[in-house]
Amino acid sequence: MTMLNVGRPTRPEGAVGGAGHTSLGGGRGLLQDEPLIFELGGWDKTGVDLPAADQDASDLGDLVRSAPIGLPGLSEPETMRHYVRLSQKNHAIDLALYPLGSCTMKHNPRLNEKMARLAGFADLHPLAPQSTVQGALALMDRLAHWLKTLTGMPAVALSPKAGAHGELCGLLSIRAAHEANGQGHRRTVLVPTSAHGTNPATAAFVGYSVVEIAQTEDGRVDIADLAAKLSPDVAAIMVTNPNTCGLFEREVIEIGRLTHEAGAYFYCDGANFNAIVGRVRPGDLGVDAMHINLHKTFSTPHGGGGPGAGPVVLSAALAPFAPAPWVVAGEDGFELVEEAEGEAAQAFGRMSAFHGQMGMFVRAYAYMLSHGADGLRQVAEDAVLNANYLKARLSSVMSPAFPEGPCMHEALFDDGWLDGTGVTTLDFAKAMIDEGFHPMTMYFPLVVHGAMLIEPTETEPKQELDRFCEALIALAGAAKAGEVDRFKGAPYLAPMRRLDETLAARKPRLTWRSDDKGVSPAPLAAE
Amino acid sequence: MRYLPLTPADRAEMLATIGAATIDDLFVDVPQAARRRDLFDLPLHAGELEVERELSALAAMNRPAGAGPFFCGAGAYSHHVPATVDHVIQRSEFLTSYTPYQPEIAQGTLQVLFEFQTQVAALTGLEVANASMYDGSTACAEAVMMAQRVTRRKKAVLSGGLHPHYAATTQTIAHAEGMDIVRQAAAIDAEAAVLDAIDGDTACVVVQTPNVFGVVTDVTKIAEAAHAAGALLIVVTTEAVSYGLLKSPGEMGADIAVAEGQSIGNGLNFGGPFVGLFACREKLVRQMPGRLCGETVDADGRRGFVLTLSTREQHIRREKATSNICTNSGLCALAFTIHLSLLGERGLRELAAINHAKARELCDALAAVAGVEVLTPRFFNEFAIRVKGKAAQVVESLLADSVVAGVPFSRLDPAAGLDDVLLVAATETTTSEHIKAFAQALAGRTA
Repeated sequence: MTMLNVGRPTRPEGAVGGAGHTSLGGGRGLLQDEPLIFELGGWDKTGVDLPAADQDASDLGDLVRSAPIGLPGLSEPETMRHYVRLSQKNHAIDLALYPLGSCTMKHNPRLNEKMARLAGFADLHPLAPQSTVQGALALMDRLAHWLKTLTGMPAVALSPKAGAHGELCGLLSIRAAHEANGQGHRRTVLVPTSAHGTNPATAAFVGYSVVEIAQTEDGRVDIADLAAKLSPDVAAIMVTNPNTCGLFEREVIEIGRLTHEAGAYFYCDGANFNAIVGRVRPGDLGVDAMHINLHKTFSTPHGGGGPGAGPVVLSAALAPFAPAPWVVAGEDGFELVEEAEGEAAQAFGRMSAFHGQMGMFVRAYAYMLSHGADGLRQVAEDAVLNANYLKARLSSVMSPAFPEGPCMHEALFDDGWLDGTGVTTLDFAKAMIDEGFHPMTMYFPLVVHGAMLIEPTETEPKQELDRFCEALIALAGAAKAGEVDRFKGAPYLAPMRRLDETLAARKPRLTWRSDDKGVSPAPLAAE
Repeated sequence: MRYLPLTPADRAEMLATIGAATIDDLFVDVPQAARRRDLFDLPLHAGELEVERELSALAAMNRPAGAGPFFCGAGAYSHHVPATVDHVIQRSEFLTSYTPYQPEIAQGTLQVLFEFQTQVAALTGLEVANASMYDGSTACAEAVMMAQRVTRRKKAVLSGGLHPHYAATTQTIAHAEGMDIVRQAAAIDAEAAVLDAIDGDTACVVVQTPNVFGVVTDVTKIAEAAHAAGALLIVVTTEAVSYGLLKSPGEMGADIAVAEGQSIGNGLNFGGPFVGLFACREKLVRQMPGRLCGETVDADGRRGFVLTLSTREQHIRREKATSNICTNSGLCALAFTIHLSLLGERGLRELAAINHAKARELCDALAAVAGVEVLTPRFFNEFAIRVKGKAAQVVESLLADSVVAGVPFSRLDPAAGLDDVLLVAATETTTSEHIKAFAQALAGRTA
């Protein structure tokens, strides 16, 4: 049998001219251009066999759809091939290091997937009688116990569906508490300049005006600026800790003290909790509310952009305002409280239709059990060790944004070391793809010029970190040696060359239309 | 600790490279008072077998929907998902990838999102759709806030036929942003009352079809009234399979359509993760929340896809963003798109027809039970019945016959005073034996 590897680079040097060599069909060997389902499928084709329905069953008259919907169908083998081919155009944490700072791309254990697919969890209706879902409620109760213990906080709201949704939940709790305490006039939220964009967006959503807090030379919240901006109008501060520069806020206890003295609440963005889990309890730092991205700290998969899960832990001051629903343990088992009544009447409302991301709860809980108290402590240690190791090794060629002292779980570099090379952060990132790595987070945090934020996570072996460092050191050498073309044209060896994002924004094409180029499916067969 | 690859020797070597004596030296910025020396009061690490044992025991305490006669709907539906769907979404390249920030190595995810957007636009009869939201209820809240941005008005009228949890979510989230939410009282045929509430201050009207009682409504007149007053019509659908049989929101004049997409490709999962569908008229696209995927070309001129119009989003616009949404339900959207590709036009129409036929069969069987009154005049796969006594007690008592009879309306809205109303749903997973068992058990109880 002939080996079908023509046109598919097996060695980088053999494919340097990859851009110039195309197959006769215009594809890239096995990496063929994959049409859209609208170009592949047929209006009359289906990949499922359904039992016949009674065609005369409808009494819906003119409420029945008359015109075709416009949905192509594929047979099962075509479906399989289409989506498997598409999958081959994606990078994944299961393929190599995925060092997106602030995103925490760690190993996603398959045990978690297996557990979440048990029929007793996956095939459970949210409104089934509570006596028939006691195991699910018990799991939510145990997950809540772990989250409360690990954070040293007395209460948790499980229902937020993602980190940003958790931020919203936390700020709504804060607003409800202020209103209950006659402090509803507080309309300002202080947010450091280095914060995730979700923080100011969330504060604005809740109707607050956002005031930025300056940052010190060493990458932390400027306490003097914070103190100057705290006023009777401030409802809360939102601080990420460890922060988005990958640094622990040394003055965090002072931040909490000043905030509370001013009558405001301390919201902590818990996106980076994996750096301190098992070693530091946010409750001990004076935090009033913190969301926990289960997908970041507790390894639930990111799935190409979600689903996430963002439970929020709350201090005693905010606990009475937590949104419904929640689980309580009674004599006859667990009870799901879905309406705020009686002593719980201060609850601020509801975050979503049901009880939160149960499928993610199962995965996160499986991860917690697998690690235990000892393993989770080791998680934080290894996450921090890996990041500092990268920082130490790469500092020989790249410029760390904050060279003094250790970083936490991520290492931040600026683009100072690229000065005079003609290579930008973006060029460098795209060239990393040709070396077989997903680029780091670029241009964030905004406070560092040409930022490159690298987060290895705790599940990377030393060998992979070394391979990564050697690749970056070699690339840095190439940049400094003036090999600008290597960078400007990159990536050469990816499924696609650099994509024109400006064109996409200037002339938005957000859906396929039947007048698009490509094969148009046959019209719907008359029934 | 099988997920942690570093050996003690690795750690020692790495610390030496860093120039630190111990791991504690790397935590030097943490205040001494906050450094926990002891292990937390939680169990120690467990092997795969032990974890499986604990979680399997918890799962065994639950009764899955597929275990027997089961009639719960009300915003989450028990449908069959082809094996291909779950197999494909478990491929590493989909499961363990991230938001496609590097489009050159994320074309798989991006092309799927483009296909998803096109499918959702087609289903809803609108021109553009985003790349998914958390779920239907939060999508509903986002739609109301979007209407505020478009019309610069504050008042939102929520029909009494809207799922009470959707209404509550919208009240929580949209009210926080300054919207004045007018929530009408729950009623079987609530849509008629909506017309009277529309005025010159109204930003949007939110109606659900089929509504929470299962009533299928032609919202064309509501659309006309809303548009005459300068307001937008938002149409909510909690059962996406209904799109296969019923007129689309766009056909009836909706400006924004939001829906729960769980029914297609996604399991019940005790209420999440689900996937929110969100579509609108093309002229409104720059006020849309969430992620959008667009077509473009690469440096060689080949068609490719990227996330686009991100100047609406929080990572660029910060406090001026259209939404604070950062992640979406990417993997759930993928499952939706695969399942819908398998179904196609023909399959979805057939599936919808089967659902409707099963519900009609269920309706006939229950209507024949003494003391049962069917309340929903025209329905898709779900309807409301009035029972003798409290619906919640009827449901509890039928558990003895292994029948999970449906959702008491009081569970969704205890204050509505509709304690004798039970919502029942049928899907393609419902068998004639299940229907018979339900009717017999109900007759036995009421006799």
